[in-house]
Parts: sequence; C-alpha cells; structure tokens
Amino acid sequence: MALEIIDSCTSCQACLPLCPNKAIVAAAPHFLIVADLCNECAGDYDDPQCASICPVEGAILDELGRELNPPGSLTGLPPALAALVAAASPSEVVGK
Amino acid sequence: MDHHLTGQSGSGSCSGSGGGCGSGAPGLDALGEDVRRKVAEHPCYSEGAHHHFARMHAAVAPACNIQCNYCNRKFDCSNESRPGVVSEVLTPDQAVLKTLAVAAAIPQMSVLGIAGPGDPLANPERTFAVFRELAVKAPDLKLCVSTNGLALPEHVEELARLKVDHVTITINCLDPDIGAKIYPWIFWNHRRVRGREAAEILIAQQQKGLEMLVERGILVKVNSVMIPGINDQHLAEVSRHVRAKGAFLHNVMPLIAAPEHGTYFGLTGQRSPSPQELQALQDECAGDMNMMRHCRQCRADAVGLLGEDRSSEFSLAKIAGMEIDHEAALARRVAYRAKIEAEAAEKKARAHAVPPAAKIKQVIALHPRPANGKETAPATSSDAPVTSIALAAATTPSAPPAQPRPALIAVATEGGGIINQHFGHAREFLVYEASAAGVRFIGRRGVDLYCAGEDSCGDDGESKLTKTLRALAGCEVILCSRIGIDPWRALEEAGITPNSERALEPIEEAVLATWQELAASGRLNAPAPQLRRA
Ligand code: SF4
Ligand code: SF4
Ligand code: SF4
Repeated sequence: MALEIIDSCTSCQACLPLCPNKAIVAAAPHFLIVADLCNECAGDYDDPQCASICPVEGAILDELGRELNPPGSLTGLPPALAALVAAASPSEVVGK
Repeated sequence: MDHHLTGQSGSGSCSGSGGGCGSGAPGLDALGEDVRRKVAEHPCYSEGAHHHFARMHAAVAPACNIQCNYCNRKFDCSNESRPGVVSEVLTPDQAVLKTLAVAAAIPQMSVLGIAGPGDPLANPERTFAVFRELAVKAPDLKLCVSTNGLALPEHVEELARLKVDHVTITINCLDPDIGAKIYPWIFWNHRRVRGREAAEILIAQQQKGLEMLVERGILVKVNSVMIPGINDQHLAEVSRHVRAKGAFLHNVMPLIAAPEHGTYFGLTGQRSPSPQELQALQDECAGDMNMMRHCRQCRADAVGLLGEDRSSEFSLAKIAGMEIDHEAALARRVAYRAKIEAEAAEKKARAHAVPPAAKIKQVIALHPRPANGKETAPATSSDAPVTSIALAAATTPSAPPAQPRPALIAVATEGGGIINQHFGHAREFLVYEASAAGVRFIGRRGVDLYCAGEDSCGDDGESKLTKTLRALAGCEVILCSRIGIDPWRALEEAGITPNSERALEPIEEAVLATWQELAASGRLNAPAPQLRRA
C-alpha cells in the first residue's frame, strides 16, 4: 500500500514536511515516494497527507495507478478542460 | 506563494510615510502614534528619501496551503510586484548569501522581503531560517513577509521575536460566500477543506492574524485582488474593515487573468478590471494618498537598481565564491542611510523656509480667474499631499469661464523620479492626474498585464503596441525619453500626444508643466476626448 508521485509534480515541496513516515524524497526532476516507507498515512491521518495538499491534479497515484486528485477536482474546471491544461504548456492552451 | 497569482502582483513591501508636513492624512489618523512613527521611518515610505532605498525579495517558500483561482501553481505564482516574473526558488542558505552579497554591493539595500511563489508561512522552517540568519549577519536590514494569512496566527509570536516589522496579508473578502468563488480549497488540520467552509476558516485566520499583529505593533498592509463581478463591490467594505482594525494601508491590485496563465479565472473567461475601474476603486480604498503614492511608485528592487548588466553578478555560482567583509558592508549601509537622512532633513528645512503661499500661487495662478475671488488656502509645503488642496478646489463653486479641466498624463521611467525611459522599452507607465490643484499620482499601468510574454502575445494577434494603447486609455499625453515614429503615429491616432521633450526632467514638475501647456493651448477647456479603445 503506497502512493506514487509522477512527473507532473512541480517540486513545490508542500508535501515534503507533512509525511508522517518520511517517505517523500526531494528528488530531481520531481519528488518521489519511497514505496517501502509509505503506508498511505494509515494510523496517523484519515487522509493521505501528500495527496491532501498537492496542488497539481494527477501528480499522485495510488497502487492501481488511479489519480487521487483527478482532472477538475482541484481547479474546479470542467474535467475535459482540466485534462487539457494538465497536458499542455500554457501557450498551447491559449489557442482554444 | 502567497496569495498571488500568475502574473499577479502581490506583496510589495511598502508602507507609507506619515504626513511629513502636517498633512491631514486620513488613513493615519485612526492609527496610534507608535504605528504612525514606524510608518514614517520605514525606508519604503520615508518622505523624500524612499527613492534612495532598495529592497529585495527572496523566493524560498514554494509550498502553499491554499489555492486561489487566480494562481496556477503549475507554472508560476508570482507574489512579486512585478507581474509575470518567474522567481527563482532559493534554498534558505542561498537566499542569505544572495541577500548579503547584494547588501554589500548596494548600500541602498535596506529591506528584505519573503513573498511568493508560495506562502512563506506555509514554509515556516525555510522562511524563519532566512530571517534568523539575517538578524545576526545584517541586523540593519528590515524584514518583511507577505502571506495569505491561513497560517498567520500560529506564527505571529515568532515574527515579533525576529523583529519582522512589516507584514502584508492578501485579503480578498470578508464574506465566505464570496470567498468560495475565489478559493476552491485550503489545507487545514491535515485535510483538504473546500468551498464555503474553507473560505470561512481562511477569513477567520486572516482577521485573527491581522489583530494579533496590530496588537504587537507590527505594521500590516493589506492587499486585495479586484475581481469584477466577484468582489469588486465588496472591497470598499473590506477596506473600511481592515483599516478600522489597524492595517495602515490597503492596496487594491487588478486581477490579471488570461487563458495562457492556465488559471481558473483565466480559463473561464473571468475578465480583469479596466484601468478606470481599478483606479476608481483604488481611490476609494487608498486612505492616505501620499502614502499610497509612495507604495505604488515603489520600484526599488535592489538588484534592479544595478541595471540589467549587473544582476548576473549575483548568480548563485558567483555569490558562492564571493569574499565579503560583512562588517564593512554594514558600516557602509549605515553611513549611506545617515547621509540620506541628513539630506532629507535639510531639504525639508529649506522647503519650510519658503513661504508656502508662493508655491501655491504658482499653481493657483493657472486659473484664468479665481472662481469666487477667494483662493484656496495654501496648504503647507510642496510635499503636502495634493489631495487636500484638490478637495478644496473641487468644492469651490465654479463660475464661468470654465477652468481648464484635469488631465491624465502618463510617464515612462526607469526610476529615480525622472523621465528617462524609451517608450518602446516601457513595460509599464506611471499615470498622474494634473489639474489646477497640482499633480497627484494615480497608479501604474502595465503593458504586459494581460500577456505572459512576447510569445503568447504574438499568438492572439494583439501586438504589444495595441496593449500599450489600451494601458494608456484615458491619458492625454505620454512623457518618455524617446519614441519611434510608428508608435508616435499610433498614439496620435488614438488621441494621446507623445512627448519626449521633457526627457530627464523630474516627473512631477514635467507633468505639471505639460498640463500648463495643455491648459494654455485651450485644449483643456473642451471636454475630455472620448476614450478610444485600442
Ligand atoms: S501517503 Fe502519507 S505516508 Fe505515503 S507518502 Fe504520502 S504523506 Fe507519506
Ligand atoms: S505537493 Fe505535489 S507538486 Fe508539490 S512536491 Fe509534492 S507531489 Fe510535487
Ligand atoms: S494559491 Fe497560494 S501561492 Fe498561489 S496566489 Fe494563492 S496563496 Fe499565493
């Protein structure tokens, strides 16, 4: 039982001090979770801490590869638009 | 960041001068003697001398504990007073090194601020590590911080202990229903909290933090982002409320939203306020105009003072190898400040020695005929806020012939209080209102406020010149040091007169002289030209 941080992470550091198990590593080019140390915060908090503060939709996945914060869940944008923004660079979005 | 947005300006570490010359500064009257003195002594506001001081922002705190709909944390979140600037995130050690290196090279350096991207108090270890080091190594530097307020109450003690003397809180509303439209979520007590509940908590924390800071005598400035249709009608109330609680300044900034910023507001078509709407609200909220004038004019970025060529001297690689004598640097800064203070005191003494009536006459003489034979009472020295005079003039019943009306005049400047910038290089303009009553600073208008950079500007088919014309809407003259022939024609077509004849003149004098020329030409007896939208 462990979460995973993927490459859409912006290395904003918000999750780093919150992990009760020190499972998060400030790696480059993006942060990583050491799977052996992560227990999804069981016993410490109701919600996984990293996924509760992370501002980037889709940056954190569960063991089955599902996004804890799917498109639209943090920005409030319609999911299709949010997914587009997540995939695009800012100037690509402009054309829409 | 703290509370700022992609391209949104945020903190800014300025506070205002007290009315140095017996101004009836309304904003300050409500404040205690102690706060008044602190404001007057703060380098950002010290009357007549603030041009000589510089501040620097260090970005050490990228994490944030809330989400604002005007911020896209994926790309950038600028809490700086410079829209669109992507700040380089430093480690606390790097930030200390850089601050000390800059403070050794530039004796003007006097304020270090920690602002965005991120919220400094959501990263308390990093923020306080910088403050602690600097308190020892450069005890003369004033420290300031900008925050969204969520974590403020728990850190007020530490801020006071470290002698942080100035805190900016971004407060966009008092009403949680409005807040729910601005903040989709906050991180609070180990949970992500959403909607109205989130806004309620945030607002309560901001207000509590404000009160706690004021109790401890720490200066509090409040920033608000004006979002048309969401909080624009609400901000006047916010202003009254926070000033009644002891915030010494309330600064309203425009929402900056464009799709390319990737923010919620940008992508959902939320519009930004027009310069005129912004100005009207700013006038309503500003309180002490003299103080606000200094705050908005502040462009005292320390590394910027060095000019483009020298900022590369402070790259991380270079500062790591610098040998600096910190004691000597400190002594140089202290000596520099003493010299500026002495000069300011001397200037003030001279100004007071001139019979004030003589100066006012010069302005009043512009009236073709005093309206009712009674001239407005001269109000103190040249540094007195012009607003008080303007009010007096406005209440004078007007009689024919019509007085020349006030005019908005824009200025391109690189700083130093003079007209010294090429029109084509200006990314923003300072706008002044000139009238028979004198000159007052209205605000800054950014050319790039609505674009993230040359690339994205090119895409939507709108040229920089078009954006510039829009930024200058309502102005009748633009004063700059030089200007090309094409923009010259475009400006004239838009009804704005370009003028480079006053290059290198002090801004306020040049603006007044320009207005006098307009008045003499009769142009100001006609109604203001229709605003032409570029
Ligand atoms: S889920 Fe909890 S334990 Fe796992 S990395 Fe995130 S914060 Fe750490
Ligand atoms: S909070 Fe999210 S974006 Fe920030 S460092 Fe952690 S995983 Fe990356
Ligand atoms: S989300 Fe955070 S970093 Fe962005 S503007 Fe708001 S407070 Fe600043």
